[in-house]
Amino acid sequence: MRVSAVVRFREMPEYCYVAEGFEDAVRQFEEHAPLAEVKTEFAIPEKDFNTAGKGSSELKNLLKRLGVDSVVLRRIAVASYEAEINVAAHSKGGIMYGTVYDDLIHVRFEDEGPGIANIEQAMTPGFSTADDLVRELGFGAGLGLPNIKKNSDAMRLVSVAGGRTKLEFLIYFAGRFE
Amino acid sequence: MIKLSEYIAAIKGENHTPALDPDEIEISGAYVSDMLSDVMGSAKPEQVWITIMKHLNVIAVASMTGIPAIIFAKGHAPDAAVCDKALEESICLISSKLETFDLAGTLYKLLGK
Repeated sequence: MRVSAVVRFREMPEYCYVAEGFEDAVRQFEEHAPLAEVKTEFAIPEKDFNTAGKGSSELKNLLKRLGVDSVVLRRIAVASYEAEINVAAHSKGGIMYGTVYDDLIHVRFEDEGPGIANIEQAMTPGFSTADDLVRELGFGAGLGLPNIKKNSDAMRLVSVAGGRTKLEFLIYFAGRFE
Repeated sequence: MIKLSEYIAAIKGENHTPALDPDEIEISGAYVSDMLSDVMGSAKPEQVWITIMKHLNVIAVASMTGIPAIIFAKGHAPDAAVCDKALEESICLISSKLETFDLAGTLYKLLGK
């Protein structure tokens, strides 16, 4: 998969990514979001690595019941679990919002800060600011955000140092099966 | 593909989730890593995961990635809470006294690679 659209705004620290071939679908979704079928919401407390993952697990079970293809399901589960771990590991806690539509899922994470100092660096595979506790658990390889990007059809990360972080991604049910 | 039960016999493994039948699980290989994001990024659904990590998040990672069984090296045995969670997720937990190198090598041979 190649990066087809990387947009960097001068004033707002933001990372945007749309997988090749999904540009029109993503634009259409952003302009006219369809009616949501199901909405879920999960709190992710700071440094609680047992609660982190519950949202992804329930989302996975829900989508499995809805008949989402297992390869697509795996991509959704991995991306949202990585994001949940990120919120637990790096922020003062946050919330995961999952919105299921007819043909895609939109998952959004909003935390209480303290934000990302350098988004470009954070997106670099192998770069990590994880503390010892997180590393002892086997996280903190600097692969979380790259894994989220790899599994998403579109992804946006907005953050300011000292402020909150918002991460969202879209995955289409009839999308890539690799 | 071989049955997980054949591999367990070859590594003298102990099944910590006896409610799951290793005769029913087919495997095509293994992924060896102790970094959880590395596993989520690269392991494939029909592979077993060979590791020394044995805390609760390991089960979540296996579940999200679609891994059918985890092989704990060097005699590392999971505690009861981890086994319960694994059963809930239908992930077979096996421990063996062998080291990672031998665990991977044994499977490599069994698969005729």
